[in-house]
Amino acid sequence: MTLEVRKLAKTYGNGAQATPAIKELSFQVREREFICIVGPSGCGKTTLLKCVSGLLPATSGEVLLDGRRVTSPPEQMALVFQEYGRSLFPWMRVEQNVRFPLRRKRLPRREADRLVSQSLAAVGLSEFVRHYPWQLSGGMQQRVAIARALAYQPQILVMDEPFASVDAQTRADLEDLLLSVWERFAVTILFVTHDIDEAVYMGDRILVLSARPTTIEETVAVELPRPRDQVRTKELAEFAHLRGHVYRAIKKRT
Amino acid sequence: MRRLRELGPQLLVPALVLLAWGVWSARAENFFFPPLTDILASFRANWLFARVPTDVVPSLERMLAGYALAVAGGVGLGVLIGSFRLVRWAAGPAVEFLRAIPPPVLIPFAILTFGIGPQFKIFVIAAGCVWPVLLNTIDGVRGIDPTLRETARVYRIGALARLLSVVLPAASPRIFAGLRTALSLSLILMVISEMEASTNGIGFFVLQSQRSFAIPDMWSGILLLGLLGFLLNAGFVELERRLLRWHRGAQASALEGA
Amino acid sequence: MAGATGVLAPLVVLELLARSDVLPQTEFPPPSVWLQVLLAQLPAGGFWADVLLTLEGWAIGLALAALIAVPAGLLIGSSRLAYQMLRAPIEFLRPIPSVALIPLAVLVFGTRLQNKVFLVTFACLWPLLFQAIYGVQDVDPVAIDTARGFGFGRLARLRLIVLPSSAAYIATGLRIASSVALILAVTSELVVGVPGLGRTINVAASSGDFALMYALIAVAGLLGLTLNAVFARVEAWALRWHPAQRLEAGA
Repeated sequence: MTLEVRKLAKTYGNGAQATPAIKELSFQVREREFICIVGPSGCGKTTLLKCVSGLLPATSGEVLLDGRRVTSPPEQMALVFQEYGRSLFPWMRVEQNVRFPLRRKRLPRREADRLVSQSLAAVGLSEFVRHYPWQLSGGMQQRVAIARALAYQPQILVMDEPFASVDAQTRADLEDLLLSVWERFAVTILFVTHDIDEAVYMGDRILVLSARPTTIEETVAVELPRPRDQVRTKELAEFAHLRGHVYRAIKKRT
Repeated sequence: MRRLRELGPQLLVPALVLLAWGVWSARAENFFFPPLTDILASFRANWLFARVPTDVVPSLERMLAGYALAVAGGVGLGVLIGSFRLVRWAAGPAVEFLRAIPPPVLIPFAILTFGIGPQFKIFVIAAGCVWPVLLNTIDGVRGIDPTLRETARVYRIGALARLLSVVLPAASPRIFAGLRTALSLSLILMVISEMEASTNGIGFFVLQSQRSFAIPDMWSGILLLGLLGFLLNAGFVELERRLLRWHRGAQASALEGA
Repeated sequence: MAGATGVLAPLVVLELLARSDVLPQTEFPPPSVWLQVLLAQLPAGGFWADVLLTLEGWAIGLALAALIAVPAGLLIGSSRLAYQMLRAPIEFLRPIPSVALIPLAVLVFGTRLQNKVFLVTFACLWPLLFQAIYGVQDVDPVAIDTARGFGFGRLARLRLIVLPSSAAYIATGLRIASSVALILAVTSELVVGVPGLGRTINVAASSGDFALMYALIAVAGLLGLTLNAVFARVEAWALRWHPAQRLEAGA
């Protein structure tokens, strides 16, 4: 599975009121990579994700998934939003929420059951299958959203600042959960965040975006050892070095 | 004991009112306001259960038929209009005008078209009740959180599944508000159409009693209508409470900033 | 553009259906004939007299209902005890279809104006009462506490905070009550024969003047539309400072 973004550009509006959000972006994502995207506020990170996932048409350039143009949400891709509260269906229980996208795939009942219970177990929510999303905490709701994406068996998981709306402690737990899920399910992850520490902690590569009109400022390879650890990895000199590097790259152009 | 203290104030006024009315009507020899005991006797004679098959059942049948039509049409059209901007633009002024027509005014037209039978009544009820359902459905569909819609798109949910499993449930709180208004409206329009032209029914009975100066009977009919209105409303509220439990839960947790 | 098409297209279809006799022309005269008949009515005094009579009942009933229900609602809303005590009877009386009282109105008032006014008033009491109560109950307690902290007395608080805040709700109540009032006014004219648009429509229908019937139905609709628009404007003005309104304007 390869994802290729080629000369992607997005301008909102036309004529005199045209606002160029993305000037030009080109990058490749290889199978099983964990790519983090960071950048200054308002630099079009969300726009990029929407174009990559086919929710928004690009003004020019293209997105290719396994060589085929992405014009609408592709089957191999799952998206996790920042606002978990608004992306889970409040009239469905946790189990039904996770199962919902599987309907389209027309799997035999037993197979669907297996996928659902497996992904809920992977995020540690097996005991909450009968709950409604709003009965759970923010962190748990986001885990449900992740489980839903996992059950869908995507090849690439696209995540838009998924941990921005939870507290620091929960965020650390969710980061580690995502890393273990990534290893276990062998998915490729495209992860947008505004948190530099998070990007360095989790990623293989970091794409640093510039301010609007957005381009790729720099690509930073992260060669920290895996498995990552919240304490040990962050104590490494290399971690601090990378962190500073990325920070300066963002601030330089702002 | 505490229960009694809570219920006390709530029961006080109704009890006083009934008492006052009972006493006054028994004393005053007012033709228009017969003694409460007479009214209750008449109520028992008519509605428990002599006239139920001859008047109550036909009335309720017409009411529910008109209501069902209004709901089906209102929700169906409402989803259509709410989902497509072009349809909204095109239908907008026409809807604004049609809904402003006071439904009773359509009765002569309905009688002209359908004759004096149950059909014209069902038509009037449906024509009046469709608007609260329609407008609330439109609002409900338009107000669906864009994130929910995007989620459905990302997971490539098909159009029918989107409609049944996402759009309708998401819009259902608003739709229920419209259904509730339409229910009390259907009772009103049923009564009006029966008073205008009918051979049976509760509305017909009440007017007929007045014309033949059977005043206690008239009051018993009014009482029955009040009771029906109250019961229908209470029943609907209960139904709504159960079906929309998830909505109250979601709202409550949203308020707490969970 | 699209909206105009939405209105004109059905009219054109009706016109064609009627003229080609698919719909029998006697019972379903084409819309062009309605227009003709309506225009012929305009100079005649009778037409305007009818409109005014309907509006008269509508206006008096609505005003009476407002005069009774708004102060009552404000009072009940501000006293928890009063609300507790009166809640049950109000909730019981509320679903009573006002039209059930038509025969009573006929008995007591005959077919005079008072009949219409009585029905309109009774029906409009409820939406206005409830909106007034909700309006008071929904006043931001923080605003009240702030005023109290600055030493404003009860009356001043009522005037400066409660009233403007509930005005929005009352404006909504007026809008709802306005269409209820029109419905009841027309109903008493139709069913009982109190003079007004409703009665004239009935008479037109029973004497076979169907074009006039359609024309007057359309007039009733236009009347309703105009009244709705006026009260919606007032409501929007009263709500202009409300957060929900501000959000919409900005979005």
